[in-house]
Amino acid sequence: MKVQETGIVVSQKKLADGIYSLWVKTEQIAKEAKAGQFVSLYCKDAQRLLPRPISICEINREEGTMRFVYRVAGKGTEEFSGYRTGDAITLLGPLGNGFEKREKSGMLIAGGIGIPPMLQLAKELKETGAEVTAVVGYRDSHTFLADELKKVAKVYIATEDGSVGSRGNVMNAIADHSLSAEVIYACGPKLMLRAIKEFGEKEGVETQISLEEKMACGIGACLACVCKTVEIDDHSQVHNARICKDGPVFEAGKVDLS
Amino acid sequence: MSELNTTVNLAGVELKNPVMEASGTFGSGMEYQEFVDLNKLGAVVTKGVANVPWPGNPTPRIAEVYGGMLNAIGLQNPGIDVFCKRDLPFLQQFDTKVVVNVCGRTTEDYVEVVERLADQPVDLLEINISCPNVKEGGIAFGQDPKAVEAITAAVKKHAKQPIIMKLSPNVTDITEMARAAEAGGADILSLINTITGMKIDIERQTFAIANKTGGMSGPAVKPVAVRMVYQVANAVKIPIIGMGGIRNGEDAMEFILAGATAVSVGTANFFNPRATLECIQGIEDYMRRHQVKDVKELIGIVK
Repeated sequence: MKVQETGIVVSQKKLADGIYSLWVKTEQIAKEAKAGQFVSLYCKDAQRLLPRPISICEINREEGTMRFVYRVAGKGTEEFSGYRTGDAITLLGPLGNGFEKREKSGMLIAGGIGIPPMLQLAKELKETGAEVTAVVGYRDSHTFLADELKKVAKVYIATEDGSVGSRGNVMNAIADHSLSAEVIYACGPKLMLRAIKEFGEKEGVETQISLEEKMACGIGACLACVCKTVEIDDHSQVHNARICKDGPVFEAGKVDLS
Repeated sequence: MSELNTTVNLAGVELKNPVMEASGTFGSGMEYQEFVDLNKLGAVVTKGVANVPWPGNPTPRIAEVYGGMLNAIGLQNPGIDVFCKRDLPFLQQFDTKVVVNVCGRTTEDYVEVVERLADQPVDLLEINISCPNVKEGGIAFGQDPKAVEAITAAVKKHAKQPIIMKLSPNVTDITEMARAAEAGGADILSLINTITGMKIDIERQTFAIANKTGGMSGPAVKPVAVRMVYQVANAVKIPIIGMGGIRNGEDAMEFILAGATAVSVGTANFFNPRATLECIQGIEDYMRRHQVKDVKELIGIVK
């Protein structure tokens, strides 16, 4: 059940240049959310009227709190970065489908701001007893969330400048360490997802990828955030699926990333 | 004060209140029913539907602008067959009027959809001759008075339900288009569709949306919309559904006082899924505050 409610900021912390961690207490959303879903966050400044879809980084269901780790990408997220403990924030969620957790060895592959949803996923997978490996790619040595991931997964890092781990991207780290798993869960830029989709196909491994696009309603009505599908989609009757409603997580083979 | 009468009449179709939502912002209501009791709305207006499925435009399809947004969805829709099998039976469950927005590339496309809807549980047809985001059809019919009159007459000839012609603000004189639609046999007019706009992403040095241009909507367009509703109300005799930036009852009242018989809530649904209900409540509050028992007494009284 999706709800729009007013949450209260529990804490806000800067993790790296332009990357912030925001914990919010909610009445309902945190209790119902799961890994891979997202939440629409609304600005207080009324000129910025569209909600910002932000992935869920962590959920504490007992305390009814959830964590968003986000990048300041414009004026809206800049506004969020100024929120302090006790501030109110309007949220709509939980939105989207989330990852399908398998009780099999999982490789979580993510780059940049695609990394945050992997933390909750890694925690939930670990609880099932599955073996969890995370391959995370960064620009430089600001490896936000890597230490937290290490508590629940075996972590391999790639950095574009080679300052930490493998030089290059997540695919370089996978090659350097000859990594494999029974299921791949991925989130990150489209180019990266394209490479992961190919890798998954080559390895014959189930691959779930999380996509993003500019959104308006966030609930599947406005048809702004579509992705291309290989087959005709049942809802749209064309080769388009709604990222906010049918995704954001898709079976890699079902979407056309070209 | 005794009970309020919020009913309004659109070409013989009685709405329980003047509030509906604007086509394209609400799907067919399925996604919004978690937030809105559709039985409470005066009508549900569907996303535009064509004779065959349309894929719409490439992404990004939207961009936020100051106090509003641009969209260029490109009328993606599942086509009339699936629409009749899936969306109309869904809407039939509710005690509200059903308005189907019809789009097409050619006159024949519009006529085909209208004929398919003749024996369906549909109360009103809204003919979209004003979408700025498709190359053929849409606005091509809406910017020339002769074309407006011709498409209106062609659709009217085949329509079993009253027709609403949805007008574009992207014209020099909207009253010319309104008169042309009335002359062609339109029963009702709805306005405004979105205003053509553009946003440049200065960092990427390209257009913010893939279609380059998009239709602007949201609170920032409201004064333009109110002005056009006022002008059209004074130019034609048929009723008007007013829309453009409506967020609440106060916004809705501006349109009603300017001459709209009913109003549509569009972009506001995206930032407040319950905006339609708040509009209904706001109109009732206004009526009580001004001691008006019948909302019809307020239509177009600002001259």
